[in-house]
Amino acid sequence: MKYLDEYRNPKIAIALAEQIRARATRPWVVMEICGGQTHTLMRYGIDELVAPAVELVHGPGCPVCVTALETVDKAVEIASRPDVTFVSYGDMLRVPGSRSDLFRVKAAGGDVRIVYSPIDAVKLARELPHRRVVFFAVGFETTAPANAMAVWRAHREGLANFSVLVSHVLVPPAIRLLLQSPSHRVQGFIAPGHVCTVMGYTEYEELAREFHVPIVVGGFEPLDLLEAIRMLVNQLEDGRADVENQYARSVSREGNPAARAIMARVFEVTDRKWRGIGEIAQSGYRLRAEFAGHDAEKVFGLAPITADEPAECISAFVLQGLKKPPDCVAFGTRCTPDTPLGAPMVSGEGACAAYYSYRRHESEEQLVGLH
Amino acid sequence: MCLAIPGRIVDSEDVAGSRVANVQFGGITRKVYLDFVPEAAVGDYVIVHVGFAISRLDAEEAERTLALLEEMGELPSE
Repeated sequence: MKYLDEYRNPKIAIALAEQIRARATRPWVVMEICGGQTHTLMRYGIDELVAPAVELVHGPGCPVCVTALETVDKAVEIASRPDVTFVSYGDMLRVPGSRSDLFRVKAAGGDVRIVYSPIDAVKLARELPHRRVVFFAVGFETTAPANAMAVWRAHREGLANFSVLVSHVLVPPAIRLLLQSPSHRVQGFIAPGHVCTVMGYTEYEELAREFHVPIVVGGFEPLDLLEAIRMLVNQLEDGRADVENQYARSVSREGNPAARAIMARVFEVTDRKWRGIGEIAQSGYRLRAEFAGHDAEKVFGLAPITADEPAECISAFVLQGLKKPPDCVAFGTRCTPDTPLGAPMVSGEGACAAYYSYRRHESEEQLVGLH
Repeated sequence: MCLAIPGRIVDSEDVAGSRVANVQFGGITRKVYLDFVPEAAVGDYVIVHVGFAISRLDAEEAERTLALLEEMGELPSE
């Protein structure tokens, strides 16, 4: 497909990796934030191509992974009601809460449906006027405009039976938290290209200035990521800490003004708890008061709940780039994509799931070697 | 989750105040909302996420990146 295949040329990939290794005078630690990028890096073995010049560590990954246990519990509670049609992106269904997940609710007869677009959830609310249609609005900034548009349409049409359970998270506050940690090892960041398509990269310029860390906005294909790593290594070797844009075919400095306008109209920034990390100030969106009639937490009067993460899971360290998935004693044994203990094994885009899919055998050998 | 892929706008029409397009991804065509890319026209490539185009792909920037990458592929590494 045009604009995909040409960014997968193996000859150029090898040349880029050679240049990265030739330029590096010492090993550098680089973090990618987006699970989609983690997936590409692992799938094409880019981490091995650039080693030992660059060590890639993996960030918070994906909104599915970091959706708080309590929010999943709320989704399960709402979806279990007989008067509710619960609508979600497919990857949220397997995510375990503290006692159940949405798949189990569906298996027990709950009306849980998967959609491709939030607009499909609005359509369901229109078609099922006697059902209470609840959409699970998760996502990074990439997904927020579409979810905001769904709320806006339902509001404009007066669809009182449509509400959303909002669990939106924002990338820059998570990077800030990571950089404030005294134990962090990250020397450069690949910023998520689709988040920046929507938001632009002025927030990342603030981070680069404040923490003197280079950031390159990167795309999602192998050559995009190798080029982003090459740009980061050049900056690190030069002692620069700028924001550069590798993914210029989609990203502009100001982002997408129409998308940002609808997000600002419907959402406001709030504190948000991240699974595996904890609460991060000003790191999420909630609905503005004007849209309270479409806010599932208010509509269903849910009481606040707290739930504990499994003690064995080291996802807090994995999500901050301090440990790698095979460092975990439960990896691939008690924790697998079918029986995930923690956030990064939950979604296919999580770092643990990516290692499980592409590096399982290697990890097994490592584990065998240890015993 | 943030998966978004490029596709080409085949045609578009107004539906209830929104521009909705048929967008071709390889052999597959899907309905895509163009609310966030008012500047996009038939023949343009857009990056699509959960049924909405989030950017019009800048063909000149894409060519520039590719030319640069191809040049890299020709260069010796030392």
